[in-house]
Amino acid sequence: MAKKKAEGYLSAKESRRISRENRRITNEFEKKRKRKNVPESEYLTEMHDPGNAVEFDNLHTYFFTDAGTVKSVDGVTFEVPIGKTVGVVGESGCGKSVTSLSLMQLLQRPQGQVVEGEIRLNMGDGKAYDVTKMPNEKLQELRGNYVSMIFQEPMTALNPVFRIGDQVSEVIALHNGEGKSKEEIAERSIALLKMVGIANSEGVYKMFPHELSGGMRQRVMIAMALACSPRIIIADEPTTALDVTIQAQVLDLLRNLKDKINSSIMFITHDLGVIAEMADYVVVMYAGRIVEKGLAEEIFAHPAHPYTIGLMASKPVVGKQVDKLYAIPGKVPNPINMPNYCYFKDRCEMCVAQCGGDYPHEVSLSATHKVSCYRYYDGKGEE
Amino acid sequence: MALNRGGVAGGAGRVHPGDPSGKSPEQLKEEQEKREERVQKGLADDGGKKEVFRPTNDFVPVEYDPQYILMVNALKKYFPIKGGMVSKTVGYVRAVDGITFNLKRGTTMGLVGESGCGKTTAGRTILRLTGEKTGGQVLFNGKEVYDFSAKEMRSMRTKMQIIFQDPFSSLSPRLPVGEIIGESVREHNLVPKAEFNDYIDEIMDKCGLQPFHKERYPHEFSGGQRQRICIARALALNPEFVVCDEPVSALDVSIQAQIINLLKDLQEQYNLTYLFISHDLSVVEHISDTVGVMYLGNLVEYGETKDIFDNPLHPYTKALFSAIPIPDPTVRMNRIVLEGSIPSPANPPSGCKFHTRCANCMERCKVEAPVQREIEPGHYVVCHLYDNEGK
Repeated sequence: MAKKKAEGYLSAKESRRISRENRRITNEFEKKRKRKNVPESEYLTEMHDPGNAVEFDNLHTYFFTDAGTVKSVDGVTFEVPIGKTVGVVGESGCGKSVTSLSLMQLLQRPQGQVVEGEIRLNMGDGKAYDVTKMPNEKLQELRGNYVSMIFQEPMTALNPVFRIGDQVSEVIALHNGEGKSKEEIAERSIALLKMVGIANSEGVYKMFPHELSGGMRQRVMIAMALACSPRIIIADEPTTALDVTIQAQVLDLLRNLKDKINSSIMFITHDLGVIAEMADYVVVMYAGRIVEKGLAEEIFAHPAHPYTIGLMASKPVVGKQVDKLYAIPGKVPNPINMPNYCYFKDRCEMCVAQCGGDYPHEVSLSATHKVSCYRYYDGKGEE
Repeated sequence: MALNRGGVAGGAGRVHPGDPSGKSPEQLKEEQEKREERVQKGLADDGGKKEVFRPTNDFVPVEYDPQYILMVNALKKYFPIKGGMVSKTVGYVRAVDGITFNLKRGTTMGLVGESGCGKTTAGRTILRLTGEKTGGQVLFNGKEVYDFSAKEMRSMRTKMQIIFQDPFSSLSPRLPVGEIIGESVREHNLVPKAEFNDYIDEIMDKCGLQPFHKERYPHEFSGGQRQRICIARALALNPEFVVCDEPVSALDVSIQAQIINLLKDLQEQYNLTYLFISHDLSVVEHISDTVGVMYLGNLVEYGETKDIFDNPLHPYTKALFSAIPIPDPTVRMNRIVLEGSIPSPANPPSGCKFHTRCANCMERCKVEAPVQREIEPGHYVVCHLYDNEGK
């Protein structure tokens, strides 16, 4: 046939084969999930360090699509200590949102499955649960009470046909509403709205989402997330859709509230400026893997991985004039056919001879600073 | 040059002595004042709507200066709010309320501000994409844009182009990329038919697209690639002036850098003039030669990028700049957090529009609207704090 087959072309036959295969795999996972009366012992584990709120341990989250398996999260290991903020940075499609959705177990099923690894959630009193093995009913108790999420788009995350008050109250009624009357719940909702800095909280309680500005909607989202004083707040790009002035308000608010209810924040963003301001620890992700992690000071003072360096150079900074911005060449590799060498090699301008080999393992530059790159294999970091 | 901000045409002095209603000049003056007051509050001016929004006499017309490709003088765009049984106009949203700036050939002006402050409307009004303006002047190469006939406007369209904000919704999903870029070229008969294909290839190449992309459809491209298509579409007409309406805000950081570099390269090659609308101040600082800061339809500060960033004068500019997150965890900044949110442009505060959120608010600010003053050469600010400085 004359027509040239494009890259990534799949014949219908091939696609059907993959789809059958996928169904087989995902059915198995779903069967395991849907069992009734799973004993607690099955998902009871122990934290490696009781000072952590969450531990991601070698997490693999795959999506089984008809075009092939997408390894969205491919071996991610990091911790969120109690009372600290961990910032997760990376380009869109690098798996940062999928990591957080794995923790909430809100993945698109049945295509999206955690195939390997553990997510240990500290329940206090020396108890810990492995979220990936928990049955649905149990998870429902965790969501909202222990882990909650602030979604990216305040414009679309709120239901346009319900009043703000009803939506906030619903969270309380569902997760923490036992033995509470409607009036008590409403009172609590109004108090929450006040806490997130909405001046006219009683008025807003009766409003619809479209009557509020973007910043106000984001505050409502935060109020909903904090309704049951969760231990862990996942903030998935909470300020990306907002103006700088409103962003400053929201960041201040998040910081203050975090201290008030002593919880940990997992902060997902691609804005390095926001990360620098909010995070104690930084995790840099690229194509489903962590390329660098460490204390915020370490990462910003001595970025080690070429991707982190490139990311920092490509963002214009106020007060630092450069003639031409550094642009990372090329683009993210196709997630279905990942190369077997370092994923960043094709875009990297600092390649060394070993880069053609296997994916580099993690190298420690200090007790907290770790990087996956061949340039640091000799044991000492470069300036 | 004073920036007239009342939004009211023709003072009491314009009332003819032999007024048919037989009212004394004092009475008429009083009526006029009341009317002005109502307009200030954004209410409908039931008595003399036409008179109030007559754009003439509202500003001092500017003389054309050939070094400027674009001269915007007291430009206004109000959108009527319709209400009631017969869709009567009950008020106006003052999206752009008298902005004045000049743009030199081959330079970039950044327009920054919060969402809802009228940046995008300003850009569109300059290009005559929002219907009729409400007042003021837009001189493009010395000619008033709003005086062109439909036919003249059509040919002028090739000279002024726009790159839209969202590369996901501004490309037709039913057209292949070659057609998206080439449609307007064919429509305006810019190149002979025989050279058409080569011309499109050349434009696509300049914008970092491959010739085989021509047959593909927009959904097959990533965000950065789509933005390149948008840029190629705008540049295919060989324009002199391009309005870039938040061209990078929908993109990832690393892609952002590519697009910004591309825009800069193309500017050098074609001697383009950009009006760069963005809320990302660091991007604006990087790309612009001059910067205008907008608040609620007004240009509160305007000048060279260096002057504005090194020495912001207006309290709003200061607050805005202090809110920029700096990617350095060791820096703890003195942040000026603005309370509340931007007021409604349908009912803007009296006097200086920023006084409700301003830290340096004086009694005077609540009553009297400040005028534009030149504090240093080329650095203009609209604020009562600087009433005794500049001219």
